[in-house]
Amino acid sequence: MTDELLQALEADSIHILREAVAEAARPVMLFSAGKDSAVMLHLARKAFFPAPPPFPLLHVDTGWKFKEMYALRDAAAAEAGIPLIVHRNPEAEARGINPFDHGSALHTELWKTEGLKQALDAGRYDMVFGGARRDEEASRAKERIFSVRSASHGWDPKRQRPEPWRLYNARTAPGESIRVFPLSDWTERDIWTYIAAERIAVASLYFAAERPTVRRGDALIIVDDDRFRLAPGESPAPRRVRVRTLGCYPLTGAIESDAADIDAILAEMAADRTSERAGRLIDRDQPASMERKKRQGYF
Amino acid sequence: MRSLLRLITCGSVDDGKSTLIGRLLADCGAIPSDRLVGVTDLALLADGLEAEREQGITIDVAHLYFEHGGRRFILADAPGHEQYTRNMATAASRADLAIVLVDATRGVLPQTRRHLAIARLLGIRSFVLAVNKMDLVAFDRARFDAIATSFREALDRVGGGACAAIPVSALNGDNVATQSPATPWYDGPALLAHLERVAPADGPSLAAFRMPVQHVVRADGQRFYAGTIAAGTIRPGDEVVVAPSGRRLAVGRIVTRDGDLAQAGIGRSIALTLAGDVDCSRGDMIADPADPPGAGDQFEATLIWMDEAPLVPGRQYLMKIGTQTVPATLHAPKYRLDVETLAHLAAKTLALNDIGVANLWTARPILFEPYEKSRDLGGFILIDRITNATVAAGLIHFALRRSENIHAQAIAVTPARRAALMGQRPKLLWFTGLSGAGKSTIANLVEAKLHAMGRHSFLLDGDNVRRGLNRDLGFTEADRVENIRRVGETARLMLDAGLIVLAAFISPFRAEREMVRAMMPEGDFVEIFVDTPLAEAEQRDTKGLYRKARAGRLANFTGIDSPYERPDAPEITIDTLATSAEAAADAVIEWLERRGLFA
Repeated sequence: MTDELLQALEADSIHILREAVAEAARPVMLFSAGKDSAVMLHLARKAFFPAPPPFPLLHVDTGWKFKEMYALRDAAAAEAGIPLIVHRNPEAEARGINPFDHGSALHTELWKTEGLKQALDAGRYDMVFGGARRDEEASRAKERIFSVRSASHGWDPKRQRPEPWRLYNARTAPGESIRVFPLSDWTERDIWTYIAAERIAVASLYFAAERPTVRRGDALIIVDDDRFRLAPGESPAPRRVRVRTLGCYPLTGAIESDAADIDAILAEMAADRTSERAGRLIDRDQPASMERKKRQGYF
Repeated sequence: MRSLLRLITCGSVDDGKSTLIGRLLADCGAIPSDRLVGVTDLALLADGLEAEREQGITIDVAHLYFEHGGRRFILADAPGHEQYTRNMATAASRADLAIVLVDATRGVLPQTRRHLAIARLLGIRSFVLAVNKMDLVAFDRARFDAIATSFREALDRVGGGACAAIPVSALNGDNVATQSPATPWYDGPALLAHLERVAPADGPSLAAFRMPVQHVVRADGQRFYAGTIAAGTIRPGDEVVVAPSGRRLAVGRIVTRDGDLAQAGIGRSIALTLAGDVDCSRGDMIADPADPPGAGDQFEATLIWMDEAPLVPGRQYLMKIGTQTVPATLHAPKYRLDVETLAHLAAKTLALNDIGVANLWTARPILFEPYEKSRDLGGFILIDRITNATVAAGLIHFALRRSENIHAQAIAVTPARRAALMGQRPKLLWFTGLSGAGKSTIANLVEAKLHAMGRHSFLLDGDNVRRGLNRDLGFTEADRVENIRRVGETARLMLDAGLIVLAAFISPFRAEREMVRAMMPEGDFVEIFVDTPLAEAEQRDTKGLYRKARAGRLANFTGIDSPYERPDAPEITIDTLATSAEAAADAVIEWLERRGLFA
């Protein structure tokens, strides 16, 4: 890797990962099998080389991820040589919560926010790595690299700890935990450049291909399996699409694109200036959506 | 090949800072089109929190990212108001360059001086003066020159630095992304072009290798010392010193998952193997043996107070510096800084957003560099031990006693420092009295109470010592003296270790008790006379020794055929006929408390 910028970002992220692990009792890394997860795991493998990363991966599953993500998730954990914990909120499971009957907000709250809290409580994790970046969303830009969460997992943006230099305060009271974001200073463009430079495996869904889709409002939804509820008269049509972020497939908007490799993706990003999470329906289901979700414990 | 420039912007809202940032981002294509929907004012783009938009204020530092001309910019946008000094200091702590906005209609303000002072204090040596709202002064060259001159004077007053002055209009875009036809008299670059090309002034000057050890990775039966290089460069085969142990040895490999490196420099996160076994863990530092890091436990430092609760002189905080975390105690500030005039103001404490200078001492020596030589090795944070809040950022100026230096192997963890770590003052409580007087009983009770109070103690008992350390000694006078001498030496070591030592020995001779007293630091020997008349002790005869002695089967028994010399002026006398053992133990504890032993 000859890129001075990527080298600096990589070194900083490794520093953050090591600093967190050194001060944590029970660290864990959230892993969703998306591109940011893949980069974060790759950096963790560098940070603790030649040993495997000294923490498990945690996937808070909703049952509605793209099929390919499940396969990638299991392969990545196995290759890294670390345990993978999959948690599915039993309450959401029992009540059959899904995006079609219950809407994106309730689906996300029960499966993701509540599921995450359950999994973190069960594992008594005090340090939780997440792949969020500050360029993704406005409230993220204000979040610290080490972000303290209360015993009930809430985020209080007004009570953040200053982070001068590279000094991160990882001390917590009983029950509190720290969310650590090693990719804070990376941008979507950096992520793609790094994936190309380091040859990191990511889902093919990021690259343009013909896929069965339906149009819902201004979103194109990929029909990933036969659980998708088609409206009367609706039938999936093949379109050449790709996704910019991966979430629950019925809540992830795809974009029409011809970008079939990373160079093309970078070119497309340079030309089209919509934001990466524009395709995430859950960011728009209420005002200041992300900030409110984080206050409730969303990662 | 893309490079990275970290910068901050300074200026109040009225100076047009947010508009300038909005324009920079927009002109670099860094603002997604869906985020521009409904935005009529570029200035609003940076305020990401609901509370900020509701109140129309900026609460916290925002990090913004843009790229232009082959360079990535990480812009920390800190609010400019006086009450957000802590945020500005945080934003400035890693910045290479500061853009300072001055409103052309208002000129250099006290606020400008404040921003310059804080930025320079945190180590920024490259500045861009953006004289904004030039459109409102008809792009008047004389006005611009006057502002630039007074700005450079203000910068020189706080330590100087490189400075480019650019006339701009953020609102109209003059000289922001493109050169403006409105300023034909200005022959310099537009702001963006300047930022692309500027080489920031040289930062800290430390050339010697420094790598604080973050984490030790164990794999393949080997240890790999992981860390981020804070200064200098390293190659396999280089000799290094492991501070604070002072052990010198050669670097084996520079290990990364992408393969071993032939060389690594500042900023890289690597792992080293060392040729030879060495005790090296998190908090230690691997360094250039020809120029090793300083070590010290007393410092003068600048503090930027960041908490609502003010500084409490004498209170112990946790200091995190590099990968070291140690308890640290602050003295009362020497002064508080008026950041506009740089005047030294008298201060008894520091409140939120105050900047001041104070001495502090750490519970054990730390490895450091002065902040002006290394931000990473000279900058620290203070953490409140109860709330865990980060209450201050600090910059080490120098150690007050720079005697400790790893050249001399003199990382002296002195008795005082060990004691400070235990939070107590070591004492030797010497219980003397006849056999059967109750010394061990009372000493036992005292120790149990100390233990319950969380104090670190050890009880040396005559009988136990004679079974081990002194089992070669008999009861002749010479052996008795040697017995007490050894016990005294043992107790002294334990005092040095920071313990409260309880010794229960008949110790019949005044001279030996005085010998032991003389071995200890002044005031640390506490003679406790357990006063029981011989008749009473002989009647109790708990061990049956008096009967043996009276029967002639035990020679040199104190009180029978060997003398007991009563203390002349014991610190404490316990009359066991009038006092229960429990009350006696309480009296000892109370005596200690009155003398501030547990302060």
